[in-house]
Amino acid sequence: MKKLSKNTVYNLSTYGIVIVAYLIVQGIVLAGGLSNQIRGQLVPICVYISLAISLNLVSGVSGELSLGHAGFMSVGAFSGVIVAAALRDSGMGGVPILIISMIVGGVISGIAGLIIGIPVLRLRGDYLAIVTLAFGEIIKNIINNLYVAVDARGLHFSMTSADGFNLSEGGRVVINGPMGATGITKLASFTMGVVLIIFTLFVVLGTINSRHGRAIMAARDNRIAADSVGISVTRCKLLAFTVAAVLAGMAGALYAMNYSTVAAKKFDFNTSILILVFVVLGGMGNIRGSIIAAAILTLLPELLRSVADYRMLVYAIVLILVMLARNSTVLKNYINNVVNGIVSRIKAPFSGRNGGKGGASE
Amino acid sequence: MSVLNNLIGGLSLGSVYAIIALGYTMVYGIAKMLNFAHGDVIMIGGYMCFCAMQYLGLPPVVGILIAMVVCTVLGVLIESLAYRPLRGAPSLAVLITAIGVSYYLQNAALLIWSSNPKSFTSVVALEPIQLAAGRLTVTGEAIVTIIAAVVIMTALTIFTSRTKMGKAMRAVSEDRGAAQLMGININRTISMTFAIGAALAAIAGVLYCSAYPTLSPTTGSLPGIKAFTAAVFGGIGSIPGAMLGGILLGIIEIFSNAYISTQLSDAIVFAVLIIVLLIKPTGLLGKKIREKV
Repeated sequence: MKKLSKNTVYNLSTYGIVIVAYLIVQGIVLAGGLSNQIRGQLVPICVYISLAISLNLVSGVSGELSLGHAGFMSVGAFSGVIVAAALRDSGMGGVPILIISMIVGGVISGIAGLIIGIPVLRLRGDYLAIVTLAFGEIIKNIINNLYVAVDARGLHFSMTSADGFNLSEGGRVVINGPMGATGITKLASFTMGVVLIIFTLFVVLGTINSRHGRAIMAARDNRIAADSVGISVTRCKLLAFTVAAVLAGMAGALYAMNYSTVAAKKFDFNTSILILVFVVLGGMGNIRGSIIAAAILTLLPELLRSVADYRMLVYAIVLILVMLARNSTVLKNYINNVVNGIVSRIKAPFSGRNGGKGGASE
Repeated sequence: MSVLNNLIGGLSLGSVYAIIALGYTMVYGIAKMLNFAHGDVIMIGGYMCFCAMQYLGLPPVVGILIAMVVCTVLGVLIESLAYRPLRGAPSLAVLITAIGVSYYLQNAALLIWSSNPKSFTSVVALEPIQLAAGRLTVTGEAIVTIIAAVVIMTALTIFTSRTKMGKAMRAVSEDRGAAQLMGININRTISMTFAIGAALAAIAGVLYCSAYPTLSPTTGSLPGIKAFTAAVFGGIGSIPGAMLGGILLGIIEIFSNAYISTQLSDAIVFAVLIIVLLIKPTGLLGKKIREKV
């Protein structure tokens, strides 16, 4: 039998973890063991996990800080909602409509990613970060002023108001400016969320382990060296950026279908930052870390409900402490000393040499 | 005349952005980090002044001083507790910590002052000046803000070019390792930078709230992002750049509000930023860094 490579084992075990987690959670749900609040978080958790994985492709693997990921989520969400509304009376089932709208959301978001990526990726570092932030804000601002309606004659678009549409009978407004999309049919389910995660993993892990993925990482590690061996750095980064935009669009479409209304201001700078926090806490370039961080941090505010008003404060403190514990050498040494101290204290009575005192001198 | 009116409005808003952007740019230049909590220090400054004036009945000048002192202490405290342990850590780790600090400040303010917006009484007692037979109005806030920005900018320029501490700051921003070898106390210099940045944020907070008199725990985030944009616009790390970027951003915002579209003014501001960065990738007055192989 051919021996599996290290990468393949890693990838397969990642899929395995997701599927096992899905089966366990689904089992608990069927047994009625989850509160309504937590159950309501299942789809958002899946959405945030796949967003974190896709952002990891840009920030971790390709090494470019993107502060506008929620913008792509937004493009996907609203194009998905429009498609779903247009198909509502077509007689198709819920799942096909959901899949089609996710695909359309992904494609449109990918086109947006490509258009944005071509000029943006000429910049570097913090300048690139601020431009992605700016694009996120522009997308939010435009969608906030977008009015879309659907009727028997097709789709109607406007940037000023929903009054001038002259809808035929049975027509309705799908996106109503700052009010956002209203009257969405809830099609999302936990199972579809997990399918999305698996698909995202498949695309991202596939990209990382391909020729293109290795080129992307080479460009991240040393731009000039990569350039000089004939890798087109811009094309690599653009590939990562566009793939991530497609995946974020699909996740956004699923997210929107989980609620009856969704407004553009939900997908703001803070949401982009939230996704970035998942990626950084999980470890840059570490796909499994992103999954775990996204799941835990989405649940954390819900689990902290017992401390009510203080929960976001606690969240902030946890975030700072985790960053300090992971990155500060002083704190790391301190923690190691404490741990060693405790270990030697436990060991001491058995070693008999130091008596009961134990020692940090070891 | 409406053009002139808008120009003055833009200058005044731009001056607030400039004062905030100065804080951003100094911290970035010296500590090489994006301090996302800066916007929330603005908010704290606003609340401090509000409390001093509303609850203690102190005069506006004392209110501003209290806000500055509290924010300076806060800035130094944040730096020493949250950022100093991360010196030498990857810049993204510092960025996320700054975001954590920003969440912390917002939620602490939410607990202390609740989410109900407070209406801020302007600290400027000047009557609006009518010029050209009443067709041109200059508010007291606009005059004070513009003067404050010019004074701060001049003072900072003199400070960084003449004083010992200012020179130390420039040295640290140029090359931290070499500065340390020359006997400059890096930690003290960075603390000082944060102190100045936070004091500027307090002034900006008070001026911003005087012009837009509602105060809530999220008041600081939008001007924070705009000022950050302004700092990048002018070339981050450069003091005159921050000033220029802030003022241009304010003028663009007010003009697109007045002549193009009220709803899309934010989009227009950011679009201008993107165009400028594409033409001049390091901002208007940013230094071009040559890459060594």
